[in-house]
Amino acid sequence: MTATIKISAKRNGNVVDVKCLLLHPMETGSRINPDNGNTVPAHHITQLIFTNNGKQIMVANFSTAVSKNPFFGFSFEGAKAGDTLKATWVDNLGQTDEIETQLM
Amino acid sequence: MQITKRMIIKSGLMLLTLASLPRILLAAAWPQVSFSQSGASEALTALLGTDVTIPSDRIDLKIPSIAENGAVVPVSINTTLEDVESISIVVKNNPRPMAATFEIPPGTLPKITTRIKMGETSDVMAVIKTGKGIYSASGEVKVTIGGCGG
Repeated sequence: MTATIKISAKRNGNVVDVKCLLLHPMETGSRINPDNGNTVPAHHITQLIFTNNGKQIMVANFSTAVSKNPFFGFSFEGAKAGDTLKATWVDNLGQTDEIETQLM
Repeated sequence: MQITKRMIIKSGLMLLTLASLPRILLAAAWPQVSFSQSGASEALTALLGTDVTIPSDRIDLKIPSIAENGAVVPVSINTTLEDVESISIVVKNNPRPMAATFEIPPGTLPKITTRIKMGETSDVMAVIKTGKGIYSASGEVKVTIGGCGG
């Protein structure tokens, strides 16, 4: 079970529209914690990578300027029903999560 | 660092070391140098080898003219340009202007949508690298409350 990725893949003719919502604080490393006055360390997703049946179809490189709980949408062609779409993110602390879904 | 109960409960994350990351993640290098530049020109040069772009009306950049919350500014980019290799978002007045960059392999449409942080009112530029050159389109987003954590 994946706690940090929600994904939807809707077919539109030959094109599949993918929408993805990630749960992540995306801390820039500049924010001051109001409770203790300390700077909150940078903690942000660096890459979000999509594959379809193992073939890479999108690499999203994020800086700290991508909003907290990132939303990302893109579209690709040539997918067939039953294909396996996979989304994987990795962050600057080496944490990672992934999700797979079968295309309709 | 203390492991708190909250961290354990919160984690739906798999903690992996860099050495054990799936190979696909090691294939595409994160553009660290570009992301750490404080000038738009330097950020573009670090990423694409140049800061010179050709303005193109074949790029559809959708951004709000006024963003009340600079922490969440929606950006959508689409283009009729062909042979697109990458799409990048540059926010001129951000402390680090290169906000995100997307690698578009053949078969993937040259179209993305996401949400970014803006520290203040700024030009937002979509930069699209194709096999034929580097093109751009930009517009201004007025920000009333900055979104970099202030």
